[in-house]
Amino acid sequence: MILILALTVGVLYATGTYLMLQRTLTRIVMGLALMGHGANLLLLMAGGRAGDVPLIGGAQAGGAVEDGIGTAAAEGASTFADPLPQAMALTAIVITFGIMAFLLALAYRSWTLTHNDEAEDDIEDRRIAQRAREGHEIDVLRGLGETVDDEDVR
Amino acid sequence: MDILVPLLVALPLLGAGVSLVLWRQVLAQQVIGVLTVAAAMAISVAVLVQVEADGVVAVDMGGWPAPIGITLVADLMAALFLCVSLATVLAVLVYAIGQPRADKSAFYFHPLYLVLTAGVSASFLTGDLFNLFVAFEIMLSASYVLITLGGSRAQIRAGMTYVVINLMASTLLITVIGLIYAATGTVNMADLVGRLDAIPDGVQAALGALLLVTFGIKAAIFPLFFWLPDSYPTAPMAVTAVFAGLLTKVGVYAIIRTQALLFSGEGFPTTLLLAVAALTMVVGVLGAVAQDDVKRILSFHIVSQIGYMIFGLALYSVAGLAGAILYVIHHIPVKTSLFLVGGLVEQTTGTGALGRLGGLVRRTPVVAVLFALPAMSLAGLPPFSGFVGKLSLVQAGLAEGQWTVTGISLAVSALTLFSMTKIWNAVFWGEPTEPVDGPSRLAAPRLMVAATVGLVGLSLGVAAFAQPIYELSERAAVDILDPTTYVGAVLDR
Repeated sequence: MILILALTVGVLYATGTYLMLQRTLTRIVMGLALMGHGANLLLLMAGGRAGDVPLIGGAQAGGAVEDGIGTAAAEGASTFADPLPQAMALTAIVITFGIMAFLLALAYRSWTLTHNDEAEDDIEDRRIAQRAREGHEIDVLRGLGETVDDEDVR
Repeated sequence: MDILVPLLVALPLLGAGVSLVLWRQVLAQQVIGVLTVAAAMAISVAVLVQVEADGVVAVDMGGWPAPIGITLVADLMAALFLCVSLATVLAVLVYAIGQPRADKSAFYFHPLYLVLTAGVSASFLTGDLFNLFVAFEIMLSASYVLITLGGSRAQIRAGMTYVVINLMASTLLITVIGLIYAATGTVNMADLVGRLDAIPDGVQAALGALLLVTFGIKAAIFPLFFWLPDSYPTAPMAVTAVFAGLLTKVGVYAIIRTQALLFSGEGFPTTLLLAVAALTMVVGVLGAVAQDDVKRILSFHIVSQIGYMIFGLALYSVAGLAGAILYVIHHIPVKTSLFLVGGLVEQTTGTGALGRLGGLVRRTPVVAVLFALPAMSLAGLPPFSGFVGKLSLVQAGLAEGQWTVTGISLAVSALTLFSMTKIWNAVFWGEPTEPVDGPSRLAAPRLMVAATVGLVGLSLGVAAFAQPIYELSERAAVDILDPTTYVGAVLDR
């Protein structure tokens, strides 16, 4: 079981990395989502072997419900699943989900503005490319604001 | 007194909530923002005084004891950084309020700004790695929206880079936290100190390297800084200023905290960090020299200055760490005030491109003075705070016999001065030029100037009280190198 999970994490990371290296924004978003899932699964696996009973069940199995943590911990870690990584994975899932939603909104905004799903070069890259193409020094007088909105530069 | 530490996080979040409810009343939002940040700053000073007197303060949230529960810890380094950060946050907020604009999205600004403040406070105070991740995410989520506020094409393009890079770094951070938990069974930093010694050296080194990469992306150290000069300049000036002052410094704080606390003794990667520090300094300053826009020059300088802080950490001595801490304390107000002055220049003339500016020293002499003071400080000229920071780092470097990197840091200072004179020559000297566009007058709003004056005054204060601040930094460095008091305060109560 642990091997299957480990392989799943590996596949999620590999696919996520591959997608993130693409130039299309939607693929980058997809890649980040896959990688986020891989990281959450890894966090979950850090708690130990899969298949152990949850916290409460472990305490009941021990015959005492009064103080769940103390009793279960006294029985040894093998009798119940570690709750801390589950709590952490839950937090991480929520955060990743929220930011993914923001990223999708950003990608949509980018699409409405440019009608192009490609990740754009940064200003410095464009300046260097333009300098190479035109073969002369970029006109220093051209401000940053104009360079950004200038369609010709791309 | 224990209530004060959690209040530093809770108060800005509460203020953000109230501010969001009052989204129609911009004036009320402004009042709440200033009151909240001012209160948080007062609390941080109280915490600093308490920590200075009684040692490390640790508070368990929700009543769960330390290794399991969420612990907030204020040690001397965290308290010092918090004080100077919150003072800077307050100044930038006043500056932003003073900035005239007809932007419809302005009402988002105040809640987000307060959330950002809460995230920064939480990052400095948190006692475990997972909550460091959560605090980073609080801070970054606010920063994602702030950097794209307005939604212009340039902002979306730059914001995309920023969000994707930081999201990737966050994913990597979860991965490292998962691996650390799998290896040691805890994420509490005080608890980790003892437990990491039990795992093999190779695993420990790998975890340390992964943490360095993760926080290195956020702090913009050498091979991982490329996103920063591209994404910062597109945001509104007040936003860029507070990002420049704080966000990378939170990354530096996390690097110092994790590397020094978790990987003590022989396992400390001194050579690697020295190389990273030297390359960060050199590449950053060379990038700055090549630019011809005020914001971009200053953005590359952030990268360069991060190198000095890593240099201090890499020396791994009390003097080196004290120098690094002092450098961060000096750098937060200086860098922020330089960006604020850049904003004043843009406000009065309508552009930040060097080729279009000139002669401002005759038209707005106050702005020229406000630029000259922090610029000389950044370059490390004698009476200013940058000189104090660099002097302590150079002395520490010489004491450790690191001649090469110390020499490089001095050469980089000279190049910093060169690129600062480049801004000075193009913007303030020469023939006066006409304003580029818009209705901007050649007089900056008073509130913006006042906020900048306050921040420059803070950096001059760091220089004036260099001796007591250095002594505090030294004590903070001692605590970091010998974490027994930190561990004791968190675990044994």
